[in-house]
Amino acid sequence: MLPFAPTAARPARFWRTTTFRAAAVATLALAITAFLVVTFVTRATNDAMSRATISELDREGAALHRIYGRGGLDQLLRALQGRIDAGDMHLYTLIDADKRVIAGNLAEPPAFPVDSRGGGTFRYRAPKDAADMPERLAAGRVFALPNGLALTIARDIEPQRTYLAATNRTLGLGIALLALVGLAAGVALSRLILKRVDGMTAASRSIMAGNLAERLPRTDTDDELDRLAASLNAMLDRIELLMAGMKEVSDNIAHDLKTPLNRLRNRAEAALADQRGGPAWRAGLENTIEDADELMKTFNALLLIARLEAGAVENTKAPVEIGAMVEDLAELYEPAAEEAGLALEWHDAAGAPVYVRANRQLLGQAIANLIENAIKYAAPGDDNVAENHRPTISVVLTPKQGAVEIAVADRGPGIAAEDRDRALRRFARLEASRTKPGTGLGLSLVAAVARLHEGSLRLEDNRPGLRVLLSLPMMAAPVTGDAADNEPPREEGEGAWRKAQVN
Amino acid sequence: MRVLVIEDNRETAQFVQRGLREASHAAEIAEDGEVGLALARAGGYDLLIVDRMLPHLDGLTLIQTIRAEGNRTPVLILSAMSHVDDRVKGLRAGGDDYLTKPFALAELIARVEVLARRRQPEEQTTRYVVGDLILDRLTHKVMRGSESIILQPREFRLLEYLMRNAGQVVTRTMLLENVWDYHFDPQTNVIDVHISRLRGKIDRNFDRPLLHTVRGAGYMMRDGVE
Repeated sequence: MLPFAPTAARPARFWRTTTFRAAAVATLALAITAFLVVTFVTRATNDAMSRATISELDREGAALHRIYGRGGLDQLLRALQGRIDAGDMHLYTLIDADKRVIAGNLAEPPAFPVDSRGGGTFRYRAPKDAADMPERLAAGRVFALPNGLALTIARDIEPQRTYLAATNRTLGLGIALLALVGLAAGVALSRLILKRVDGMTAASRSIMAGNLAERLPRTDTDDELDRLAASLNAMLDRIELLMAGMKEVSDNIAHDLKTPLNRLRNRAEAALADQRGGPAWRAGLENTIEDADELMKTFNALLLIARLEAGAVENTKAPVEIGAMVEDLAELYEPAAEEAGLALEWHDAAGAPVYVRANRQLLGQAIANLIENAIKYAAPGDDNVAENHRPTISVVLTPKQGAVEIAVADRGPGIAAEDRDRALRRFARLEASRTKPGTGLGLSLVAAVARLHEGSLRLEDNRPGLRVLLSLPMMAAPVTGDAADNEPPREEGEGAWRKAQVN
Repeated sequence: MRVLVIEDNRETAQFVQRGLREASHAAEIAEDGEVGLALARAGGYDLLIVDRMLPHLDGLTLIQTIRAEGNRTPVLILSAMSHVDDRVKGLRAGGDDYLTKPFALAELIARVEVLARRRQPEEQTTRYVVGDLILDRLTHKVMRGSESIILQPREFRLLEYLMRNAGQVVTRTMLLENVWDYHFDPQTNVIDVHISRLRGKIDRNFDRPLLHTVRGAGYMMRDGVE
């Protein structure tokens, strides 16, 4: 079974989504908060109202106590009657030591539990109310008077109760509504996101199944899911490109190695046909070695690129004076260029020595590859070109903002704009050049070296011809001392030699 | 010349041994690092050829060990490890030259002979002479007979290297390494063209050629015919 074999697609349910869970938790938190706030406010209001009632009852009790003290029972009864007749909001019951009701507008004394403060709440039916009316709530206190009398003063608190009940009802209803709306929003939201995620899941399954061209769907909102999809799509683009590259590489390896291997085999076979030590036998073996060397070169170049792409040459880098290096290489190739019927020109546009941090060997090989390519592809077919009419290969070093650019330009056939990207890839030998010798790894090796030095490689039209631009970050200042040169010093230092020449 | 080949791959070791014998050198084989170290310590060799990856004791440690003991026998490292810093590591450990596998036998023999020759106390000579060609290292003058020859700086270094190793084969790779200080394989005939330019200056107008091409190997400065 493939490691990425798609598991059976399980339809995602909205309640399993993060969005829905988040919405549910938010709704719950909101409901709890609302409940706590409303309960607190109600409690506080209720307490304040209760305190006001109690103090009012206390005042009334004290007043009636004074009246009794001054004028005895008669005065008290008169005062009570007067208050009742005046439509006072209070309820009164006066009982004697034998628990008989002497006066009051309450039908019977309230049977509420009397607490330490001598009061409580009770239900009663107002005298003027019909029997089918619901009982009302009252709060009352009992005041003990001399001679065993007990006066209960109460007050109707039905409005307060109604208010409390209404508040509680509203609170319950509100919370229910809140939960409903919150969960509905959660469902809607998660459905929406689920739909998009399902789209992405479907796309990624299709990609896993081998459809590498498939991409994750996007909307136009540029939200976080879109941005995620965009970056995943970019990753898929890169992977697809790499896969295509791999495929191309293996196709090309097969093609490019089959031919020389075949030739090698034929030569060995032809050599066998001659008698041992004969001229054809010898030539056959020599050619066989030559072919094997070419194959080895190709493999070495491939291996080098693979290693370079894996990175890790940082500790082999040291300051390199790029101007001197380019000059050395131009000078190294100048005779070969001339031999090929070309003129090689070299120009340093930097006024002062410019340094780059580089692995000298790799950078040297990269620049050498560029010059070799130019010689290989720009050489005129005709050797008898007059000396002053030779096509020119120019190597120019230009310092740019924080970087140094090495341009190798020729007057050869160039590379068509649409082929330039491909030319930088491994083994990409454009059809036109398939007949020329070489591994087809030159430019991709240079590109790998450029990447390794945080630089870049660009192909341009030289009108006519090809211009290759290798750009490398410039070093601020050269570090002298034992800055880990790539090689232990040779017996005669290059620097000393240079100086001797200048003098 | 007596050479010790420390190499665990029997086929390679015997290939090298046979090549050295054909070039009239004596060659012994050690198939692992510890045996190699013991033989190298016993001494009597003009040159050691050391593989890097060896059983029991790796090549670099072996070289470091004998160098620490004051053994100055020239060492040629022969290795399949060809990454850019493998070479630097090898030379830092005390190797004198580094050749990457696969290699051409001619290349190996040429390097062995040049290395072993270098062992003789480095001549402090200021002049190299081959036949009637004289190179003065102090004045940077080159004379062939009574005729003064004007050379470009790099041509001078090229001739200097060839003359220092006169009578020895030097390969194109050795020239690229020692005169230009680059270790890559050039795809074109860069070195040959430089040699033919140099030849044009020092040999063309004289009856006796001094700079010879050695077929399948490289070049050699030599006076007279063999």
